[in-house]
Amino acid sequence: MKKEISYERYQRQMILPDFGERAQQLLVEASVLVIGAGGLGCPALLYLAGAGVGTIGIADGDTVALSNLHRQVLYHTSDIGKNKAVVAAEYLKQLNPGTETKVYPWHVTNENLLAILGNYDIVLDGTDNFATRYLINDACVLMHKTLVYGAVSRFEGQVAVFNGLLGHDKRSANYRDIFPEPPKENEVPNCADAGVIGILPGMIGCMQAGEVIKLITGMGDPLIDRVLTYNVLSNQFYTVNIIAGPATNFTGPSTKERFLQTDYVSLCKSPSSVSEIDVVLFEELLNRGNVDVIDVRELYEQPVVKEFEHLRIPLADIYQQELQLKNDVVVVICQSGKRSRIAVEILNDRMGTAKTLYSLRGGLNDWYAFLKNKRDERG
Amino acid sequence: MKIRVLLFGQLAEASGVSELEMEGYADTISLISALQERFPTLQQSKYMMAVNQQMVSENTKLSENATVALMPPFSGG
Repeated sequence: MKKEISYERYQRQMILPDFGERAQQLLVEASVLVIGAGGLGCPALLYLAGAGVGTIGIADGDTVALSNLHRQVLYHTSDIGKNKAVVAAEYLKQLNPGTETKVYPWHVTNENLLAILGNYDIVLDGTDNFATRYLINDACVLMHKTLVYGAVSRFEGQVAVFNGLLGHDKRSANYRDIFPEPPKENEVPNCADAGVIGILPGMIGCMQAGEVIKLITGMGDPLIDRVLTYNVLSNQFYTVNIIAGPATNFTGPSTKERFLQTDYVSLCKSPSSVSEIDVVLFEELLNRGNVDVIDVRELYEQPVVKEFEHLRIPLADIYQQELQLKNDVVVVICQSGKRSRIAVEILNDRMGTAKTLYSLRGGLNDWYAFLKNKRDERG
Repeated sequence: MKIRVLLFGQLAEASGVSELEMEGYADTISLISALQERFPTLQQSKYMMAVNQQMVSENTKLSENATVALMPPFSGG
């Protein structure tokens, strides 16, 4: 049965050349699954619902946090602590009652993703970690779904359409054609670690929504077999053409059974010999006073640590910079504990067994939370 | 022979430049090894390489004024 179109609601896009009732009808009959209702997912959801996409699935197991609000534009301060998919769906219902929303208030895994993917035409990846990105890519390849990919890092973003239908069952390049194996979690910083300016995922998420609308309506040239990057500081776009390798080269799981057996989380964990300590042991070491501390964050990063003496050597300089270390025990710190692990690996290589090196697990995030708890306990 | 090199994302941050000019490299292997010498962080980085906006995965000959882009994966969202 044909879905009814509200001419008044969609009038401004329906009067576009080549859009009209035809494109609007395609939109209201389309179904899109948005995985991750964060910095990328929020703007994408707003515009997809606004444009009249008939069915929108929202999958996210996270709850709204205060630090999300500078970029996750669907949420209000009063939503803190609530599930993102639930809040987002409520918002979209108000925005466009004609759009049917389906809520999946959990993180997608290889056990639950295939079952929901079957209900959708297009998948939009708005997630924030490699394990889930590879999981989604592989599921879309297995289930023959088109994937609209977007990702950001500090001031740059990437957009692409993966596994797009080229006709006769032939599919365009997917994520593994560019990056066959997932990076280990420490190799690439995430938003929490690297920071992100709010408008960037806003723009990239809008571009993803734009690609979805183009794919559904058949308008324009979607980013099939291309990756677009955008730099918010220089205002430069750069496109790279990519080529799908033969299906036999696909490095992901080739069957649903293998997909179910793949442990995506540990694929991204690095097997390393880095020793970590927690904040409690770290404080003990500080109290004993026989420890050197190196902060490997960039020099401009906040907050500046005032609680203990330390050296500031950004990660990129760890390879070469002369180190003035007084003690045999060295603790390396950063914001979340990721870059400090890499630094310890590098320093282990540089110094061998001359020093005992530790990375502070959870980084300054855990350290300040620990200090706050101590203050609170004292009342 | 001049080659324009573009570095993206964390590669640009780690090396401190997003664009540079290299001279005298006939193919991507020799160019990459020169870049790695200059920016040791590149050795441990994951990236895809494109010559004149076309992704390449094997050693590729470079012509005068070629643009070589190194693009790392991003995970943020």
